[in-house]
Amino acid sequence: MIKRFIYSQKVAPYVFVLPFILVFTIFWAYPLLDSFEMSFQKVALGQDSNWVGFANYEKLLGDKVFLKALTNSAIYMVLTLVILIPFPMLFAVLINSKLMWGREFFKASFFFPALTSVVVAGTIFRLMFGEMEGSLMNSLLSLFGIDPVKFLKGQVTGFIALLALAAWRWTGVNMLYFLSGLKNISDDYYEAAAIDGASKWQQFTRITVPLLKPTSIYVLTISIYAGLAMFIESMMLWNGNNSPKNIGLTIVGYLYRQGIEKNNLGYAAAVGIVLLAITMIINVTQLSISGMFKKEDQS
Amino acid sequence: MRHEKMTKVGLFFVFAIVCFFILIPFYAIALASFKPGGDLVRYGLNLSFDFSVMSFNNFVYLFTGSHSYFNWFFNSVFLTIVQVVLTLLISATVAYGFAAYNFVGKNFLFVCVLMIMMVPFEILLLPLYKLTNDLGLMNTYSAIVLPGIASAATIFFFRQYISGIPKEIIAAGRVDGASEYGIYVRLIIPVMKPSFAAMAILNGMNSWNNFIWPFMVLSETVKYTLPIGLKTLLTPYGNNYDLLIVGSFFSIVPILILFLAFQKYFIDGMTAGAVKG
Repeated sequence: MIKRFIYSQKVAPYVFVLPFILVFTIFWAYPLLDSFEMSFQKVALGQDSNWVGFANYEKLLGDKVFLKALTNSAIYMVLTLVILIPFPMLFAVLINSKLMWGREFFKASFFFPALTSVVVAGTIFRLMFGEMEGSLMNSLLSLFGIDPVKFLKGQVTGFIALLALAAWRWTGVNMLYFLSGLKNISDDYYEAAAIDGASKWQQFTRITVPLLKPTSIYVLTISIYAGLAMFIESMMLWNGNNSPKNIGLTIVGYLYRQGIEKNNLGYAAAVGIVLLAITMIINVTQLSISGMFKKEDQS
Repeated sequence: MRHEKMTKVGLFFVFAIVCFFILIPFYAIALASFKPGGDLVRYGLNLSFDFSVMSFNNFVYLFTGSHSYFNWFFNSVFLTIVQVVLTLLISATVAYGFAAYNFVGKNFLFVCVLMIMMVPFEILLLPLYKLTNDLGLMNTYSAIVLPGIASAATIFFFRQYISGIPKEIIAAGRVDGASEYGIYVRLIIPVMKPSFAAMAILNGMNSWNNFIWPFMVLSETVKYTLPIGLKTLLTPYGNNYDLLIVGSFFSIVPILILFLAFQKYFIDGMTAGAVKG
């Protein structure tokens, strides 16, 4: 009887999706709700929690360190977008050209960095951007007669190191995304454009860029997400969560500092909720703007 | 035609230069793994060749020294295998449920899958940490494996793939008297094989390189995974550069070999998300 019930066509789909329901409830929905609840409490691991109303959020508003973390994450996110969308797109178009030699070799070597873990990549970049005269970046600078720079002690130079790390790891991956987008564009468009006398540059701006829009939106969405949630890169470059004057502190870094290092889970949960709100607002705006453009294209 | 040849050479040079810069860090760490750690502290990581200081000492130490490197290495291998096998099996099963049936609550549940993909996992770090603590799962591998076992991105990919399989296969199975589960196991899974390769690579890479969550959960040195172990070599009280550099270098090697052997699947797995558009 029970066997017949479980084997019926009505019940089977629920058996198939049951693992998802369990994991979703226990490890996603519950923690997320708990996060909301904690953000209105004062919580420390192993102690009773107290309701504090909006106190955590009020404190966040006046928290200069949080503001610093927020600015850092925002600047980092914007700069990664500026680097990691146009360049990979350009590389993808060039590498896809019929005139390209050694295409497979370049594709593979551009992708190599994505295979390294953040820990290993971060360690290498930390040492390359070391402050010693002989470290890679400084010896490069000395070729141009520039004195050694203490990269990881300054705001701008520290960000250069962070962005170099991001560019190194993700250029190849984003290039592959654009390459798979290019596969969906028919050659007919380019042939027709060439007959009409369009230059290569016009073909790029009038055909390639608009038709790559779905890929660009995908890359944009994951880059916004990754940029705002960046933490381990900074942790590796500065060997811990404490950079001088917090030049490398990010939103998640601050969440980690408050929650894990200071056992101030309620306050940290409020930081998490603010991050959630920001990503949601950006994603919804971004998706509705790109959706709106789609309608205009059709008319 | 002369113009075309010039473009060819120009393109090649541009890519060769970019490629050179991309490969520098690999070259630098490979070089450094032959130099004494003290050198690194004194001169920094650089590209200078000096045969008088270079030796295989670090590699000898890596393979024969008393340290936990290979303990961490095999922990990572073990965890990666367990995680990939479980995630693929469970995500594929869930995806089949979504793709092959219509049932009450299906749309709602699928929105839940999409929601997981849209919320940064980092927000859940603290409540998950608290939950793990409450469940008594601190310092266990279960705490690392369980939350990711029904991976949203993997479910999404498999669902797309199964939707492309002709529904007649399922109908034919029913006519032949196979049970609902028999159809999935005997008829669908064999057809899904190609999609498993790409997802195995994607999940395997994520698992092999996974850092922050295992770092928060694991507290015993013998249980560390490779990234955590390597991270602990960087301490505020002086760094163990000898092992760190050669160990970092060596950790890249297996994945590089896998990549060269299965390049197509790596690229399919990594770009699986974008193709769905």
